[in-house]
Amino acid sequence: MIPPRFDYQPARDLAHAFQLLAQGRGEAKILAGGQSLIPLMRFRLASPAALIDLNRIEGLAYIKENGDLRIGAMTREYELETNGTVKARYAILTETAAVIADPLVRNLATVGGNLAHADPANDHPATMLALRASVVAKSAKGERVIPIDELFVDTFQTSLRPDEILTEIRIPKPASQSGGTYLKLERKVGDFAIAGVAAYLTLDDRGAVKSAGIGLTNVGSTALRAKRAEAALVGTTADEKAITAAAAAAAAESQPTADLRGPADYKRDVVRVLTARAIRRALARAKGGS
Amino acid sequence: MGAELGGIGRSVKRKEDARFIRGRGKYVDDVKLPGMVYLDIARSPYAHAKILKIDTSKALAIPGVLAVITGNDLVPLKLAWMPTLMGDQQMVLPTDTVMYQSQEVAAVVATERYIAADGAAAIEVEYEPLPVIVDPKKALLPDAFVLRPDRKEKSNRIWHWETGDKAGTDEVFRKADVTVKEDIYIPRIHVSSIETCGIVASFDKVEGQLTVWMTTQAPHAIRTVIALVAGHLGLAEHKIRVISPDIGGGFGGKVPVYPGYVLAIGASVLTGLPVKWVEDRSENIQADSFARDYHITAEVAAKKDGTVEALRVKTIADHGAFDAAANPSKFPAGLFHIITGSYPFKKAFVEVDGAYTNKPPGGIAYRCSFRVTEAAFTIERLMDVLAIKLKRDPAELRLQNFIQPAAFPYRSALGWEYDSGDYGKALKLAMEKIDYAGLRKEQLEKRKRGELMGIGISSFTEIVGAGPSKHFDILGIKMFDSCEIRVHPTGKAIVRLGVKSQGQGHETTFGQIVAEELGIPVADITVEEGDTDTAPYGLGTYASRSTPVAGAATAVAARKIREKGRLIAAHLLEASPDDVEWKDHKYQVKGVPAKSKTMQEVAFAAYTNHPQGMEAGLEAVDYYDPPNLTYPFGSYICVVDLDRGTGEVHVRRFVAVDDCGVVINPMIVEGQVHGGLTMGLAPALYEQINYDDDGNIQGGNFMDYLLPTAMEVPSWETARTVTPSPHHPIGAKGIGESATVGAPAAIANAVVDALAHLGVTHIDIPITPWKVQAILKAKGVAE
Amino acid sequence: MAETMYPITLTVNGEKKEAEVEARTLLVHFLRENLSMTGTHIGCDTTSCGACTIILDGRPVKSCTVFAVQANGRSLRTVEGLEKDSKLHAIQDGFHQEHGLQCGFCTPGMMMTAVALLERNAAPTELEIRQAISGNLCRCTGYVNIVKAVQHASAALREAKQPVAAGRA
Repeated sequence: MIPPRFDYQPARDLAHAFQLLAQGRGEAKILAGGQSLIPLMRFRLASPAALIDLNRIEGLAYIKENGDLRIGAMTREYELETNGTVKARYAILTETAAVIADPLVRNLATVGGNLAHADPANDHPATMLALRASVVAKSAKGERVIPIDELFVDTFQTSLRPDEILTEIRIPKPASQSGGTYLKLERKVGDFAIAGVAAYLTLDDRGAVKSAGIGLTNVGSTALRAKRAEAALVGTTADEKAITAAAAAAAAESQPTADLRGPADYKRDVVRVLTARAIRRALARAKGGS
Repeated sequence: MGAELGGIGRSVKRKEDARFIRGRGKYVDDVKLPGMVYLDIARSPYAHAKILKIDTSKALAIPGVLAVITGNDLVPLKLAWMPTLMGDQQMVLPTDTVMYQSQEVAAVVATERYIAADGAAAIEVEYEPLPVIVDPKKALLPDAFVLRPDRKEKSNRIWHWETGDKAGTDEVFRKADVTVKEDIYIPRIHVSSIETCGIVASFDKVEGQLTVWMTTQAPHAIRTVIALVAGHLGLAEHKIRVISPDIGGGFGGKVPVYPGYVLAIGASVLTGLPVKWVEDRSENIQADSFARDYHITAEVAAKKDGTVEALRVKTIADHGAFDAAANPSKFPAGLFHIITGSYPFKKAFVEVDGAYTNKPPGGIAYRCSFRVTEAAFTIERLMDVLAIKLKRDPAELRLQNFIQPAAFPYRSALGWEYDSGDYGKALKLAMEKIDYAGLRKEQLEKRKRGELMGIGISSFTEIVGAGPSKHFDILGIKMFDSCEIRVHPTGKAIVRLGVKSQGQGHETTFGQIVAEELGIPVADITVEEGDTDTAPYGLGTYASRSTPVAGAATAVAARKIREKGRLIAAHLLEASPDDVEWKDHKYQVKGVPAKSKTMQEVAFAAYTNHPQGMEAGLEAVDYYDPPNLTYPFGSYICVVDLDRGTGEVHVRRFVAVDDCGVVINPMIVEGQVHGGLTMGLAPALYEQINYDDDGNIQGGNFMDYLLPTAMEVPSWETARTVTPSPHHPIGAKGIGESATVGAPAAIANAVVDALAHLGVTHIDIPITPWKVQAILKAKGVAE
Repeated sequence: MAETMYPITLTVNGEKKEAEVEARTLLVHFLRENLSMTGTHIGCDTTSCGACTIILDGRPVKSCTVFAVQANGRSLRTVEGLEKDSKLHAIQDGFHQEHGLQCGFCTPGMMMTAVALLERNAAPTELEIRQAISGNLCRCTGYVNIVKAVQHASAALREAKQPVAAGRA
């Protein structure tokens, strides 16, 4: 309940943050929203020697649309949840933000933190996978763009290098006939998902599925992209037969473990049920708008 | 006059709100004394282990750590063990063996809260794990490891308790047309009031005076226990002051004595410094008194026309490592034998075996009225099981069987004398409010479409107000309760009670009783409780006993004052006392209403113009020994819809009709029902504490112990019938726990009802989505 | 490790406060212990209960999951700042009129969440209220009267057409 001691290092700007990271020699952790890190520290499950606070750095929180959608890593979840542009054209993101933890946590929790922490139970990763997003990683040496498929390596482990900070998330411009949704089954509001499914469909002008993105939350060591489920939809009209096949494939691709959120078999069934429901809603949105 | 007075039946707004809405409540953790130090506790990761070594050196080396206390330090002080409220004993700190995960192992005293935490984290203990028993059935096997070598009887059976007519009951079962039987497991849950437990203990070495601020629902009992347990340390009861300040929810969890309290008191006595201990939520859930953990096998015998005849129940009660339940001493299974419920069983037999396991001690702390929730759940489930078997509507089956109003006072087959009740009226009102007939029609239509909807009824009888001195005591102290009233010359009054509110609004409701009895506006009455230096001795607030017992004491004390006042009024009116009556909240000469005196005038006269030979003053105290318990009751109806894909249970509607006799403050009663229903919904669908085979807790903090939020809780619909208690001075019965007692069965019955046509007769609570989904899958109806 | 102390300056209910704290001091402890403002409560250790809710730069947050050093230069509002010149904030009156509290322990946090809600949404629906308070646990009331309390405050504020924030810091 009481955290161990640490040095507090508020970064003035990114260059200063990189400096502090280097000085930390791997013993320093980034403090963004703190809504995952501070609880860990209170139970002494994390004892960083120093916290590098990014909250004083200007220009890391924004939501800009310029063709694609660019979200600054320090954007708070409530900002994403209430943003009009996002609601209008990226409803799947609004829906994802709206079910992260509870409304109070969302006032501090950041989009970048939700990705960088790489908790398989976090909600944004599945949606970002479904959207084929990418992230920008900056360091003192420069910057690179990491496709989302390459970001999540293992539980609490991303492909970010120790000297890198995730600064931006990029969502591709939505095609004209596309839409998606995020469905999360939780034991109660505020909980992590028993299982969550993000589904994003793009249709061609004949109404067939041109591309499909299906991301799964908390049924593996990382968020998972259900590739076989996606393949089961591409080229079809996403009729009930295809939906059933895709849902079954997603369930088979998931790797849930039994815990206090339910037996593994149950979670697989939940993936199947939610995938079917998510595809139906994504299809409706792709066809008729939100 | 009626509205200003704020007497009985008025929804007077609460006086205690003034400080709470300003953030000026004074809870234990708000208490700050000069020189105060902090105590934190290192706890065992193992459920059962020998302690080989405790290394305190790293902790002691931390600047600011003043002392580390281990079991061996307590032995010469005779404090390593302490008595429990059930006549067992419990370790304060272990000397050689830990008995449950998160058991207290060592305490650290430091100058700062954060340093005390650092100190606790720096304690190093070497353990040698021992075999763990978490299943009470295994604990009761003849060759089981004896968990309590300190007990005379080398057995994990704590006690065997039974009541009723075994032979007669067995006979009825042998001959019965129909019998039903179910195994019902009610898992362990934890009360988790939003404020955890804590204490500030301050010992003045010069005066030999111990002052304690403590989260306790029973300050006087605690004072006596301290005097008995720690008297040899120089603590005498007249020099112990226990202050129960504002309490952030109790629900029974703040009745037991926890090791942390004893350690803080001991540390203060030894150092002469004020010592604060406030536990974390994880400690609270993982070590403090739990509730339920009853393994029940229950059977009903009935005629084929549905008339119930006999009830037979066998239970194993898992009490953890020490029997620290706070039951009245003659009732190790509490008031479980109310289990005949609202039905006139001619024969019944109940037996309970208490068992030790490697789990935290306790048993009844969760707003549950001394095992009445377990009893009500069982009988109400069994009635539905019987209805399913006989293909009868569960409402009709209940109406057919209910104890009829004319039968009261009704003596049950297990020895309780129910004071009053009209069960049919409550159920019919609930059915009308929820449109029961319409719901059954809807259910049939939905079933044809494969939609699963269920309607569940719970028609419970509660038993509260412990209790008559003939049968009730806690640690030998009889369960009376008390009220002292003093009326000042200017007509205002101060009322002091032996009970202690933790949110129930006593400062308002007990003022309302006095307002009604004495004609003093409730705004002119101060109600105090919780300070043992000033409050008359009482047994505290739990098991819904405040209104039945202290409420009665309040009315009786007020009537003593009123009687003295009548003599003063007669003196002022120059009339014979026989000609003066109390009418319309004042004293009047019979037949001459113009000749009257108010209580205010009488109060002034009590100090300035009382009759010669009469003592001055206007006050009284009453210690009320209730002649019987009281029996609130109710009928709840719940509607659920099941998600065939995820197994989720959505509570669509819930109508609660409660009867708590005469209602003092309808607003407060309704609030109690809302809160009680929520603490009935929670165990039905969300809350449980389990242990794996190694005794590791599953769900030991708020991430996994699922308290409902505003999003899980339906908009409760409440209504009332009023059947006064004939033996209570104001006809009131008590309401605090009724809804927690009655609600779980309504919800469980609703879910089973949604699946009964598929052959389901019972599902254990909590009814999680995966339990439901597994059933749907097995029955071939899952999405 | 030597105990480094960090100077912080912040505004609490409109008043400037200066202090020196350890980095690890949680904001809720800073309020309760350093500033002796015990109206904000602690109910859990997993950021689950919301009893510690305060308003930080206009947004309600759980002060047990923020370090005091993070609040340096920022502006907070707590329950102690709701009443102004002996006049209760509409939310306080709403809780009193609608019996929205029993033991009072969750109440300060609940009210701060409600104040922030009404500042963003002057006429929330019942569902919006329940969603907004879904991070605040109550064990006593069953939430029904808390919803009514917020609705009461919402109606009172709209009727008075007062600026919603009684002294926005």
